[in-house]
Amino acid sequence: MSKKQTWFVMIVLAVALVACLAVDLMLPSYHIAVTVIKKAAVYALVAVSMNLLNGFTGLFSLGQAGFMLLGAYAYGVLTIPVDKRAGVYQYFDGGAIHFSIPEIFSNVLGDTVGTTVGMLAALLVGGILAALVAYLIGLPVLRLKSDYLAIATLGFAEILRAFFQWNALGPITNGSNLLKSYPTFSHATPYVVLAGVMIAFIVLLIRSTYGRAFKAIRDDEVAAEAMGINLSRHKRLAFVISSFFAGIGGGMMAMYMGTIAAAPFKSTLTYEILLIVVIGGIGSITGSVLASFLYIFSSEWLLRGLDSGTFLGINAPDLFKNGFRMAVFSIIIMVIVLFFRRGLMGDKELPDIPNMIRGVGRRKKEARK
Amino acid sequence: MSENILKVENATMQFGGVVAVDNLNLEINQGEIVALIGPNGAGKTTAFNVVTGVYQPTNGAVWFRGEKIIENHPQGKMKMLYKGEHAGEYSQVLAPTPDKITKLGMARTFQNIRLWKSQTVFDNVLIAKHCRSSSNFLSAAFRLNRAEEARQREEVEQLLKTVGLMEVKDELATSLPYGKQRRLEIARALATEPQLLLLDEPAAGMNPQETDELTAFIGQIRDQFHLTVFLIEHHMNLVMGISDRIYVLDFGKLIAEGTPAQIQNNKRVIDAYLGVAEDA
Amino acid sequence: MQEILPYLINGISVGGQYALIAIGYTLVYGILRLINFAHGDVFMVAGLIMVYATTAMPMYLALPLVLVVTVLLGFLIERVAYKPLRSAPRMSLMISAIGVSYLIQNLAFYITGGVPQPVTNPIPWISENVELFGQSTKRVTLVTPVLTILLVVALVYLINHTKIGMAMRAAAKDFETAQLMGIKINAVISMTFVIGSFLAAVGAMLYFTNYPSVSITSGGMPGLKAFVAAVFGGIGSIPGAVVGAFVIGLCEEIIKGLGYTTFSDAFTFALLIVVLCVRPTGLFGEKVTDKV
Repeated sequence: MSKKQTWFVMIVLAVALVACLAVDLMLPSYHIAVTVIKKAAVYALVAVSMNLLNGFTGLFSLGQAGFMLLGAYAYGVLTIPVDKRAGVYQYFDGGAIHFSIPEIFSNVLGDTVGTTVGMLAALLVGGILAALVAYLIGLPVLRLKSDYLAIATLGFAEILRAFFQWNALGPITNGSNLLKSYPTFSHATPYVVLAGVMIAFIVLLIRSTYGRAFKAIRDDEVAAEAMGINLSRHKRLAFVISSFFAGIGGGMMAMYMGTIAAAPFKSTLTYEILLIVVIGGIGSITGSVLASFLYIFSSEWLLRGLDSGTFLGINAPDLFKNGFRMAVFSIIIMVIVLFFRRGLMGDKELPDIPNMIRGVGRRKKEARK
Repeated sequence: MSENILKVENATMQFGGVVAVDNLNLEINQGEIVALIGPNGAGKTTAFNVVTGVYQPTNGAVWFRGEKIIENHPQGKMKMLYKGEHAGEYSQVLAPTPDKITKLGMARTFQNIRLWKSQTVFDNVLIAKHCRSSSNFLSAAFRLNRAEEARQREEVEQLLKTVGLMEVKDELATSLPYGKQRRLEIARALATEPQLLLLDEPAAGMNPQETDELTAFIGQIRDQFHLTVFLIEHHMNLVMGISDRIYVLDFGKLIAEGTPAQIQNNKRVIDAYLGVAEDA
Repeated sequence: MQEILPYLINGISVGGQYALIAIGYTLVYGILRLINFAHGDVFMVAGLIMVYATTAMPMYLALPLVLVVTVLLGFLIERVAYKPLRSAPRMSLMISAIGVSYLIQNLAFYITGGVPQPVTNPIPWISENVELFGQSTKRVTLVTPVLTILLVVALVYLINHTKIGMAMRAAAKDFETAQLMGIKINAVISMTFVIGSFLAAVGAMLYFTNYPSVSITSGGMPGLKAFVAAVFGGIGSIPGAVVGAFVIGLCEEIIKGLGYTTFSDAFTFALLIVVLCVRPTGLFGEKVTDKV
C-alpha cells in the first residue's frame, strides 16, 4: 500500500466511525438508522466470514446459519440474568443453568464494566463453540468436493437447528420457546466497533502468508498441495476461523434481535448472506461490507414503501403490497448474478478505490476524445 | 548406498484392470540429471504421481534420501486384481500426502501448467515459500513474523532474478508468454527449497531455440542450487544433451536404462518408439 | 405390526413423491453437474398453480394446465438463469440456482401475500378416503407408488431406447465431446429440465393432495430431501434416485412413528453426511477421478 492509499483508508474508516457516533448521539436508539447500522454491522461480519471461506479459500460452504445459531444460543444461555431465568424457562423449571456471565463479572468489576466484559466474554464463548463444532464437522466434510461440500454443510446446519429445538435439551435451549431478557447494546457504535475489529483481523489474516496459501488452494488445489501446502490443515483452519466469526456474528445477531429462536437460522439466512457476498464481489472484503450496508439500508429503510402502499410518492396499494420489496430485490440480485458477476468490487479492496475512480475518469476522458 | 537420493522399488500402479506402471525400479544419484522417456501413455506422469504422493501405488515402495517414504501393498479390490510380482513383500502402508513429500525436499512442475491464476508472478513464488514458514495463523495475522516474511520476500526476489522474471514480477502469472510460465513453474518449485526437482515435460510446446535455452537453464540451476533433476521429456535434443542417464518406459514397464549413447542405439527403444512390423 | 403398518404405507407413498422430485435433480446433475436448488421451488409452484387452477376451472382443464405451466417454468429457468453461465465456474452456476430459488420464493410470497393457500378443491377419486388394514387413508397413498413406478419405467425406456435419450446419455458422459459430435446440447439440457419439471408437477399434485395447504416454503424440505435421495442413490443414476427416495421416505415415517418427529428432517441430513463420507458416489454412482 502506498502512503496515499493508507491515508485514504484511514480517512474512510474515521469518517464511518464519526458518522456512527453522530447517529448514536443525535438519534434515539429506536430510530430506524440505528437499527439499520446494527443489523448491517452484524451482516457485514458474517458476510466477511463467509467470504473468507467461499471467496478466498474456494470452499463452497452453506453452513453459516448453523454456526450463527450456535453463537446466538451460547450468548443467550450464558447472559440471561439469574432472576429472570424462572420466567424465560417457565416450561423447564427455570432451566439447568443458574449463573449469568455478565453478573459474575459485575460482582468483580462493577456493574457497567462488568456487564460489558461479560457480554463480550459470552460472545467469545459462542465463537469458540462454533469453532469447535466446525473443527469436528470439518474432519469428514472438508474432504468433499465443491457442491457436495455445499449440501453437506447445509445439512449440518439443519441438523443443528433440529437439535436445538429438541425438547430434551429444553433446560438449556428452552426447546422451541424463545430465549429473551438477556442484556444487549442499545447503541449502534458497539456493533460497528466489534464487527470492525473482527473484520480487521480477517483482513490481516488474508494478507498474511496463510491468506496467500488459502488463495493458492482456491486457484489450484493440486498445485497448492504439490507446493507443500497441507490441504486438510489449511482448509480446516479456514473453516474453523470462518465459523468462529459466524458464531460471534450470531451472538451479535441475538443482541440485535432481542430474542432467540431457532427459526430465523434457516438456510434462507445463509442464502441471504451468500447473495450479499455475491453482490459485493466474491473475494472482496470491502465489497462484502459495502453490500451488507447497501442491502440492509435498502431493504429495511429505503424500499420499505414498496411493501406498504406508497413508494416515491406513488400510491398504489395493489402493486406495492407485502412482499413486493423482496420480489424486486431478488430480481436485482438475479441481474447481478447473471450480468455483473464481479459484483460491486470484483476482487478489489478499499485501498484500490481511488485508483478505480481515477480509472473510470480517465476512460471517460478518452471516450470524449 | 548413500549415493542415491531417490529409489523406486517394484512400484506398480494399477487403475482397475489397467496397469499404468508395472514393477518400476529405478535409482537416481545425488547431483545427476536423469530423464524418463517413453511413448505417449507409457506411464511416465503416473510414475511421477506415485513418487510425489499424488497416487498411492498398488504395490511397491519409494525411498528418498535413504529413508523409506512410501510403501503400499494391494488393498481392497486390488487384492483380487493384482497379479504382479512381489505381491507379498510390502506389508506396511506408508502414504504421505504430496505436501509432506514436498517438505522432505522434493518439488515438481506439471505437464499442463498449473500456476495460481489470480496471483502475480511474485506471489506465485512467495506462496511456495509458505511451507518453509514457521509462523502459525495468529502470529502471521498479527505480523509477529515480520523478519521471516522479509527474508522470504528477499529470497523470492533473488530467485526471480536467477530465472530472469524479475521485470515481470507484478504481472499476473497467466499473462506471461508460455515459455516464461514454464520458467515460473520451475521458480515456484525451487522456492520450496528442494533437493530433488521433478520436471514433467518442461519443454512441451517450445520451439527449438527455447528448448536450447531451457536445456542450458536446467544445467545452470542444477549447479547453482545443488539439485538432482528427474525429468520427463519428449524433446530428444534436450534429453540427449542434458541427461546423465535415461530410463525408458513402455506400457508401464522399464525397457531400457543407460547413458544417452547407449539408449540411442538400443533396439528395444527404437522398436518401442517406431513400432515393430509384424513380420520383422 | 398393526401399529407400524400405516407408517410403512405412508413411507412408501412419501418415498414415491420424493422419487418424482429426485429424478429432476439427478437428471440435471448428470448433465450440468449442478445442484438445481430451484427445483424444490418449482415443485412448490406446481402446488400453488394446482390450488389456483382447480378453483378457477374444471378439473380436466386444471390438471393439464398445471403440467404445462410447470414445465414451462422449468424450461424458462434453464434458459434465463443457467444457459448464460455455461462457461462460467461451477460456483457461479450454483449461486444462480440459489438466486432463482430465492426469487421464486419471494415472488410466491408477493402473490400469495405470505398466506398458506388452502387446497380447497382436491383432485377427486385419489383424495377419497379408503379403508386399509383397518386404517383410514387417502387413496393417493396407494396410487403414488404405482404411478411413480410407471413413470420411472417410461422414463428409463425413453432414455435407453429413443434418440433424445441417447443424446442425454452422451451429454451426461461427456458434455464437450457430445457437443463436438453434433448433439444439440441446448436442446438436450432443455429436455432434462422439461422432464424434471413434469415429474415434479406430478409429484406436487400427489403430495399436496395429502396436505391441507401450500405455503411458499412447502418446496424447500421435500426438495432438499429429494436431493439427498438422489445423492444417496448415486447422483446421475435414475434407479439410484428412486431407491434412495423410497429408503428416505420409509426411514422418515418410521422415525415419526417412533415419536421423534423433530429429528425426521435431521435424520435425512445425517444420512446424507454419512453417505457422502463413506461412499461419496452413492449406492449406484460411478467413481470419478481427477486427472493431474
